Amino acid sequence: MKTDMTLRMSRRAILLSGAAAGVAAMLPGGMAWAQSAGGTAVMTIAPEPNAMVSAFNSASPVAVISGKMVEGLVRYDWDLQPQPELATGWEIAPDGLTVTFTLREGVKWHDGTDFTSADVAYSIMELLKQHHPRGRAVFASIERAETPDDHTVVLHLSQPAPAMMAALAGWESPILPKHVYEGSDPLTNPANNAPIGTGPFKFAQWERGSHIILERNPDYWDEGKPYLDRLAVRFYADPSARVAAFEAGELHLGGDGPIPLNEVARFRDNPGFVVEERGIEMNNSLDILECNLRNEHLARVEVRHALMHAINRELMLGTVWYQLAELLTGPIPQSLPHFHTDDVPAYPYDPDRANQLLDEAGFARGAGGMRFTLRLIWPAVGDTYDRAGQFLRQQFREVGVDLVLQSADVPTFIRQVYQEYDFDLSMFPSSVTADPTIGSHRFYHSDFIRQGTPFVNASGYDNPKMDEVLDAAAVEPDPDKRRALFHEFQRIAMEDLPILPLARPIYVTIANARLKDFMTGPEGVRNGLGAAWLEA
Amino acid sequence: MTARRHRSTFRYIGKRLIHAAFTILGIAVINFLLLQLAPGDAAEALAGEAGTADAEYMESLRRQFGLDRSLIEQLGAFLLRIVTLDFGWSFRHGMSNWDLIMDRLPATLLLMGASILLALIGGIVMGVIAARNVGRLPDRLISVGALLLYATPPFWIGLMMIVLFSVKLGWVPTGGMYDVIGGKTGFAHVLDVMWHLALPVLTQAFFYLAIYTRLVRAGMLEVLNLEYIRVARAKGISENRIAYRHALRNAVLPLLTVVGANIGTFLGGAVLTESIFSWPGIGRLMFDAMMQRDLNLLLSILVLSSIFVVIANLLVDLLYAVINPTVELK
Repeated sequence: MKTDMTLRMSRRAILLSGAAAGVAAMLPGGMAWAQSAGGTAVMTIAPEPNAMVSAFNSASPVAVISGKMVEGLVRYDWDLQPQPELATGWEIAPDGLTVTFTLREGVKWHDGTDFTSADVAYSIMELLKQHHPRGRAVFASIERAETPDDHTVVLHLSQPAPAMMAALAGWESPILPKHVYEGSDPLTNPANNAPIGTGPFKFAQWERGSHIILERNPDYWDEGKPYLDRLAVRFYADPSARVAAFEAGELHLGGDGPIPLNEVARFRDNPGFVVEERGIEMNNSLDILECNLRNEHLARVEVRHALMHAINRELMLGTVWYQLAELLTGPIPQSLPHFHTDDVPAYPYDPDRANQLLDEAGFARGAGGMRFTLRLIWPAVGDTYDRAGQFLRQQFREVGVDLVLQSADVPTFIRQVYQEYDFDLSMFPSSVTADPTIGSHRFYHSDFIRQGTPFVNASGYDNPKMDEVLDAAAVEPDPDKRRALFHEFQRIAMEDLPILPLARPIYVTIANARLKDFMTGPEGVRNGLGAAWLEA
Repeated sequence: MTARRHRSTFRYIGKRLIHAAFTILGIAVINFLLLQLAPGDAAEALAGEAGTADAEYMESLRRQFGLDRSLIEQLGAFLLRIVTLDFGWSFRHGMSNWDLIMDRLPATLLLMGASILLALIGGIVMGVIAARNVGRLPDRLISVGALLLYATPPFWIGLMMIVLFSVKLGWVPTGGMYDVIGGKTGFAHVLDVMWHLALPVLTQAFFYLAIYTRLVRAGMLEVLNLEYIRVARAKGISENRIAYRHALRNAVLPLLTVVGANIGTFLGGAVLTESIFSWPGIGRLMFDAMMQRDLNLLLSILVLSSIFVVIANLLVDLLYAVINPTVELK
């Protein structure tokens, strides 16, 4: 049985590959005639990436720069459905155990070598599956990659892996040239800092601490693109410096919330700038409170329910996130509409109910009106969590819970939370990614109680029913059945509440109004910028 | 006479260099041990940025970074590298620490040198003017100005100057070291760098300018009342010559001591100025290395910085003898 989605996708894919590349290029904007070619756009990435290829380091800054030079098998449309990139078509067998990709012909690597199926097989089996931080999990089921001809790759799986189809974008799972990497230690290959890809821009220069220069790839397969001659990436350590650079017209583009939240409104009112809220739908980074269930108070589910009732999140939205956030109903945000449901237990702001729950749990108010003390730790990244910590401290005091705040730098945070379990509540950005099997599974499944591994189940939460649902969803090839399983996941998660989901902050992209078509899909500024152009 | 003096100078320098070698080794060991106190390691920092990792990935990172070896082994390897001037490889950046540092050091030295020079010259001129007009309007203005510069946080001055001169007036760029798009060469490039240098140098120099002004003013006032100045006046030497040739020479010695001690602080202050002005220097590299627990890189920077500060201080000490020939080097 072939799924609806697959059918629809492959038909469109085949249609597109048959059409002239130029027509395809005109489809999204429909404004191809108005575009002017040439010019240099300046963007910023914060902080400066540590590498140029996202195969071995999946940090967000690396993904942004990587996406300009190297590409993936597919890209995604606004409905998060795969679209052709290096693959023009794909077919998932009814049993979900083989996936066949038809590759684009006439694609050349930046060094002039032809791109073939051998590159794809090598990238997946030898690079991504071995060395990508998420790759071992995402590609775990792939047993071998077969290359019957130069433009076909067949992946053979031990079990269906529906989540894999959501992780094939170039900035996440880049396809790299076999002839450059073969026989070397991939982690120290010089091409990691000077990539040879198939993307719209070629690497030219990296002056560390200052800037990166990328040049237009004249042999790009999508004829006519990229429109820009050059792309310069400059680094500003200080967010206020970024504000000044935008205002002085020196900077055209910055994603992932490049300026302080309290400046966003001013930029939105200024016709010289565009503030774009889309382009983070593949990431779905959530601000959450993870409870350490080893704590005698937090081990009680009533206490967790009470804490959720104690937070006035409507008020928090303005105070902490400056209205730039989606309040969550559960672990899956509305930005993943094909998985989200709000038919789950809810905990509206109700201090009376919270007090009642805590009383019933047997934690009466003691001297000073406090029932017990909890320690809240968060990584010191930006100032949102500092505000959130202060806010939560006030809210929890109302119900007799004293909060001790600790802001720690990232390595300290990870050591303390994931290695030492030395925390009560942990507030951090937890990414669902484009598929909950990749992003949420690790926080809720008991198999992921793995001391010493960062960003997994640190709460100690263990519910066999939850494990069963997550396991089933990971290998369910039928989209409707899979969605039902994830709805069940959200209900159990909100009933047990090992994690208090707060909000999905919206990391805006800021652009100078002269820069057009910089946002082409849910990958945001991670896209290749082949379509971007500067108004004269 | 001069031959003996030269010989003693060389013996002095030799002695100081041997001291310096031990000082630097001591600094290296203390730094190494202090940094071990920072919780979390490079693998955890990397995983923190990636937002994801599995146990195998962490283990392979630790093996790659050499973090799986014992502390003593790591310290031994580190000291061996220092002694052989091999600064090792930064796995975070995928290039050698030496190249990384040498890429960034010139920018910091330029910023540091220019701001020390500005603070020194400005401080001396202002200090002398103030001392010669003590109690009168120029002295009052200079003293109040110096107090303001001394009391205002440099980062605030920096940001305000960006808002005024870059955003509102558009005279100078907001940051960076040169125009990365224009690709200027030769003299145009030099001018371009100076253009970018203006605000960072002012920001970095202001605080020290204020200190030096006050130091020179106080030193001058003290010296101007001494007997030998009165003698010089009696001999009919012009006031300008007295101020700059006779008084300043002695008034400037305490200033020199302070500048020598400040060289390390200038290097430290670079982190702030470099952040505000996106100046591609060593300060930022150092800060990021700390945040990323790239301890090999951080230690390499710290050792090189301490070598630099020790040498700079030695030069300052030698300068004493040049400015005042009665100072003996021992």
